[in-house]
Amino acid sequence: MLEAGELECERGGRTLFRGVSFTLAGGELLRIAGPNGSGKTSLLRILCGLLTPSRGEVRWRGASVRRLAEEYSRQLVYIGHASALKDDLTPYENLDIAGRLVGVPASTEALGSALAALAVPDLPVRKLSQGQRRRAALARLLMSQRLPLWLLDEPFAALDTAAAAYAEGLIARHLETGGSVVYTTHQAAAIDSRARVIDLAAH
Amino acid sequence: MLDIARTLVWRDLLLALRRRSDIATALLFFIIVASLFPLGVGAEPNLLRAIAPGVIWVAALLSSMLSLGRLFAGDYADGTLEQLMLGAAPLGVVVAAKSFAHWVVSGLPLVLIAPVIALQYDVAAPLYGVLALSLLLGTPVLSIIGAIGAALTLGLRGGGVLLSLLVLPLYVPVLILGAGAVDMAAAGLSPAGQLELLAAMLIMAAAFAPWAVAAALRISAE
Repeated sequence: MLEAGELECERGGRTLFRGVSFTLAGGELLRIAGPNGSGKTSLLRILCGLLTPSRGEVRWRGASVRRLAEEYSRQLVYIGHASALKDDLTPYENLDIAGRLVGVPASTEALGSALAALAVPDLPVRKLSQGQRRRAALARLLMSQRLPLWLLDEPFAALDTAAAAYAEGLIARHLETGGSVVYTTHQAAAIDSRARVIDLAAH
Repeated sequence: MLDIARTLVWRDLLLALRRRSDIATALLFFIIVASLFPLGVGAEPNLLRAIAPGVIWVAALLSSMLSLGRLFAGDYADGTLEQLMLGAAPLGVVVAAKSFAHWVVSGLPLVLIAPVIALQYDVAAPLYGVLALSLLLGTPVLSIIGAIGAALTLGLRGGGVLLSLLVLPLYVPVLILGAGAVDMAAAGLSPAGQLELLAAMLIMAAAFAPWAVAAALRISAE
């Protein structure tokens, strides 16, 4: 489904990586590894089309993601470093709006149960802890189970063990239903054993 | 796509409502700047009547520029902007919706309060309508053109000053036409020419500027 051909990324005059190629089929899990500053986040941003690679191309079902534009971004969910939550809104409002903006509005019950499953309190995001914000951001995964491609930047950062296990369960379930997941992580996670690894230190 | 634009306008208005102080500062700034002139130049009615359109319009420009920095900065800082770029609607539509919400929060209050300000300048009552109409047509142009500057200076250190240097020269035609319309009406002539040109600028800006803003945002967010 997702194909990366000879990707090269240059940031601030420095080549972060070159010659990164892989194909990702449905049901496959890919982990991007590498030390700090090796370009893991840049690679994820290239994969979702936010960043243009200095060389190479990302293709989705055979077509370049540059050309597909919204056609492509409608198929994926990207969870970046920043939580993409508005401080003045509650997690419920945030999720509701986020769902409508990507064109997959969620029902009130679905939203409520997603937030309850992750134990996110119904307070303005400003009053939540770092871990609770991360949980609220991950609730977007629960809402986007039908989207075939998940791109997750450090999904387990700031989560406690129970929440991390829950997130891993979500990923596993997504893989079983034929979805693909690309993620980066520093902490060892149980799901790592199922993943193919691209080590950016070697590129 | 319209659903998405409507959701975004609603979200930005909701956010503005949760932070009412932001609306109040821009509006108070407008009122205070426009009120300083009569105090400074003295209570000479003929002079005040003559400078009123220009002063009110300049105050509107400055006040609308004051809130431009926040147009994309919040979304950029918390990662929402990335999600909007990955959203289901073209980025140009997103920008148009955000600019509209910005105008409702920062431009529309000026249109409504301007006749009250005009009172301080002893502007003749029949001119209130022309003044409000010129602002109604002109302030959305300020929001849309300003969005280009806000997108280009996104994430830059000291972007606020750079933003005003970029945007204020682009505001000049709006200022000339807006203040000119009121001057014409004050001289007993028809302001239709200026108002029609303002409307034409609004249509042109609304049709083309969002795509320029979208391109600028993609560059800034890389």
